[in-house]
Amino acid sequence: MNLPNPETLLAEITAKIKTQLEFNGLTNTALVGIHSGGVWLMNHILKNIKLDVPYGMLDAAMYRDDYAKRGLKTEPKPSNIAFDVTNKHIILIDDIFYTGRTTRAAMNELFDYGRPASITLAVLINRGGAELPIAPNIVGAEILLKPHENLQLSQDNKGKLQLSLENKTLETNNG
Amino acid sequence: MVNPQLDAEGNLKHLLTIEGLPKRILNQILDTAETFVGVAERDIKKVPLLRGKTVCNIFFENSTRTRTTFEIAAKRLSADVINLNVNTSSQSKGETILDTVDNLIAMHADMFVVRHAQSGAAHFIARHVPDNISVINAGDGRHAHPTQGLLDVFTVRKYKPDLHNLRVALVGDVLHSRVARSEIHALTTLGVPEVRVIAPKTLLPADVEKLGVQVFHDMKAGLKDVDVIMMLRLQNERMSGALLPSAQEYFRTFGLTQEKLSYAKSDAIVMHPGPMNRGVEIDSSVADGSQSVILPQVTYGIAVRMAVMAILGGGSIGGGNAGGAV
Repeated sequence: MNLPNPETLLAEITAKIKTQLEFNGLTNTALVGIHSGGVWLMNHILKNIKLDVPYGMLDAAMYRDDYAKRGLKTEPKPSNIAFDVTNKHIILIDDIFYTGRTTRAAMNELFDYGRPASITLAVLINRGGAELPIAPNIVGAEILLKPHENLQLSQDNKGKLQLSLENKTLETNNG
Repeated sequence: MVNPQLDAEGNLKHLLTIEGLPKRILNQILDTAETFVGVAERDIKKVPLLRGKTVCNIFFENSTRTRTTFEIAAKRLSADVINLNVNTSSQSKGETILDTVDNLIAMHADMFVVRHAQSGAAHFIARHVPDNISVINAGDGRHAHPTQGLLDVFTVRKYKPDLHNLRVALVGDVLHSRVARSEIHALTTLGVPEVRVIAPKTLLPADVEKLGVQVFHDMKAGLKDVDVIMMLRLQNERMSGALLPSAQEYFRTFGLTQEKLSYAKSDAIVMHPGPMNRGVEIDSSVADGSQSVILPQVTYGIAVRMAVMAILGGGSIGGGNAGGAV
C-alpha cells in the first residue's frame, strides 16, 4: 500500500486548524497534543501557524480502560496543561485515530482540569475501526485498515515525520 | 537469590526496601512520580487508576504523617482506603500479624501499606499474601522506609538534576534511622558519587562505611562543599541508654544553624524527613530559610507514593490479567 506523505497531511490539517482557531478566537482556543505523536504534530503546527495560542500536552495512560491489563507504560510522559481549561475551545491533536479509546481517555483527563467550552479532534489519519461513538472533526486522510495492520507515525531527531505500516502478530489494540 | 520485590519478569511486585532494587526500577518510580506532580494542581485532584481497588494501611506503629500521605496518595488514585491502627502489645505477635492480614485478605483488599516497629515485618507479610496482593513497606524498625528514601531522591533530583556530580551529607542519628539507610541505598544506586554521614560515634552503626559512605564527626569538615544536606530526626523514642549528654549539647555540635550551613555550597539545599525537632537537630531560621526544601519534600512525597501504588496496581492486582496474553 502506498502511504501518504505525512508532511502533506500535516499541512492540510494545519490549514484547517488555523481556520478553526480564527473562527473560535485566539484567546478562547487552546491546542492539546496527545503524547507522543500528537505532541510532535502540535509542535509543528505551532511553528507553522505563527500564532500565540495556549497549548498543552496529555498522556492519557492514567485514564485508559486497559490499565488493569497493561499497567503503566515504562516511560510515562507528564501531562502539562498550564492554562485554564474552563470555557476554552480545545483542539485535541492525535496522530492516528483508531478505536476512539485514547480520545475517550484524553477527554476524561481534560475534564479533570476544568469544563471546556468545546473539544474538537484533529488527527493526521483516521484508519477506521472506532469502537465508541467518537469521530475526528479534522482529518488529514482516511485509510481503512484491517485490525492486524499497525500504522505508526515516527519522528526522527531532525523533526522529520514518517508513516510506517506493519503486520502485527499479537493483537494489542492500542489506538 | 530471588528478590521478593520483583516478579518473574523483573517488574516491581512489592516495595519492601531500596536495597537490591535495580536502578531501572528506581528510575521508573521517579519518572512516574513526575507525571503525578501535576495532578495535585488541577481542579480535580484525582486520576482513576485504582478505581474499585482497596488499599489497607496497616499501622502496627503509630505515624499520623506517613499514614496520611499514603491515604491521600491512594485517594488521589481513586482507591478506597481503610486505615487500621493495630495494637502491638499482644504476646503472640507473629500470629496476630498474620491473623490481621488474613482477615483483610478475606475482605478482598488489593494492597497493603505496612508499618511496624520490628524490622522485617513487611517482608514477612509479603511472603504470606497471595499473588494478587502487593505490599508496601511504610517503615519497619530500624531497617527501611523505602518511600521516604525515594521521595528524598526525587526532591534532590528536582533541585539538582545532575545526580552524577553531587556531594550529599546525611547529618544526625544514623544508628536508629531507617530513613538514612533507605536514602543511602537510593543515592548510591542512582550514581551519586559522594555520600557522607556526619554524626557522633554513638549514633552511627558499627559498619556504616560498608554502605559506601564517608564518615565525619565534625560538621565543618563534613559539610564542606556539599550540595545537599539531609538532616535526620533525633529519634528519642527509639533510644535506650545515654547515647547523648543532652539535646542542648547535641544542638551546639550537630544542630544545623546558619553558621554551619555556610560551610556547604552557597546553593546547597536543606532537607528533613520530619517531624522536626526545632532547636535540637535544626535551627528554625534554617528550617524556614530560603535553602530549605522541607515542605516541597512533603508535596513530592504524595506524588512518589502515588507512583509506587500505580506501578504495583497495574496489570496485577484485583484479578487483572497478570502476565497473560493481552
